[in-house]
Amino acid sequence: MKIAFTTEGTGLDSPLDMRFGRAKNFLVYDLEGDTFTVLENSQNLNAPQGAGIQSAQAVVKQGAAVLVTGHCGPKAFRVLSAAGVKIYNTDAATVSEALTLYRQGKLKEACDADVEGHWA
Amino acid sequence: MKGLKVVIASGKGGTGKTTVATNLAIAASPPVRLLDCDVEEPNAHLFFNRTASETEIVTIPVPEVDEKLCDGCGECARFCRYNVIACYGSVPMIFAEMCHGCGGCLLVCPRKAISEIQKRIGIMDHFSSNGLSIVTGRLDVGIPTSPPLVRAVKTKIDEAATNILDAPPGTSCPVVTTMKGADCVVLVTEPTPFGLHDLKLAVDTVLELSIPFGVVINRAGSGDDRVGKYCGERNIPLIMELPDDRRVAEAYSRGEAAVNAIPEYRELFVLLMKKIRQMAENSARGKKV
Repeated sequence: MKIAFTTEGTGLDSPLDMRFGRAKNFLVYDLEGDTFTVLENSQNLNAPQGAGIQSAQAVVKQGAAVLVTGHCGPKAFRVLSAAGVKIYNTDAATVSEALTLYRQGKLKEACDADVEGHWA
Repeated sequence: MKGLKVVIASGKGGTGKTTVATNLAIAASPPVRLLDCDVEEPNAHLFFNRTASETEIVTIPVPEVDEKLCDGCGECARFCRYNVIACYGSVPMIFAEMCHGCGGCLLVCPRKAISEIQKRIGIMDHFSSNGLSIVTGRLDVGIPTSPPLVRAVKTKIDEAATNILDAPPGTSCPVVTTMKGADCVVLVTEPTPFGLHDLKLAVDTVLELSIPFGVVINRAGSGDDRVGKYCGERNIPLIMELPDDRRVAEAYSRGEAAVNAIPEYRELFVLLMKKIRQMAENSARGKKV
């Protein structure tokens, strides 16, 4: 199973990006193989509108079943839920910290967007 | 006299765009049409009495997908530069509230699965007051994109009249949409550091659009002289200075135009109109050569 994390960097020790739609990068972690790939999100980072929608589409296309991020807005939430992606909000400092929390079952699944669009 | 399109704009909000637009509309020789393109908070109409008005509902075409025809190829989502469509091998999800109604998704859909439905975004009011024709656009609450409504208001431009367009503040899409196709732009500012900062942004915007423009300083004498200096350095015509005058504010608070309340202001605005017409004509002549 693949988990997508929002991150400001390109490695497991990189800070978790609190923003979803305008996250700098997505780190997609494969739980089976313990490997990961990094997807750049610069196009959506600079989009005037619809960043959440397009970022959600990108995450779904990566085959992720789970998204771990800081916050998620209403439009992104709709796209991700429609595609069956589970969303977890966390204030963990780094990707690896968030991954550990997920593995320990300490993250709670979000049942709604936790911020408005364009919150940051 | 030939028709004319003048846009009254500013970088900063609250500098006096509507004051200049309404007074100019009253002082200009008829036929005059005043178009309020500040559709998120139109206020030019407040200065005119009306008996009756015509109201039109403004809609934009937004896409609707026929799920039986769609094969989830995602061409529509790839094409949409407004990021309105999400598609990941499924029937696309459409966030119609963000759509600009360009119709591109229909054209690129290989299965002809997309059709258009009309979605209301606001209204247009049209009325006459003392021989002056006034058009106001009003965006519905919760609609995030105003340029389609600005374009709708601009379809009411009377090519034979002097058209005065009151622009929204700022320098973003709604302002650019208002300015496009204008013969002349008037940038209203105030003699303060904020006024100058945002004036510079507005000047860059108008230069990009290659429209002749001049600057009006409102509440002149209330701040400093840095706007005047800037205009001098950049060779920007300073076409009017409206003094910081309590009588103007008092008339305004009664919903009265300065040109009606204070006789000498009529002359100021008649002169402003003359300068605007000259700028537009000089530029038109320059283009022909």
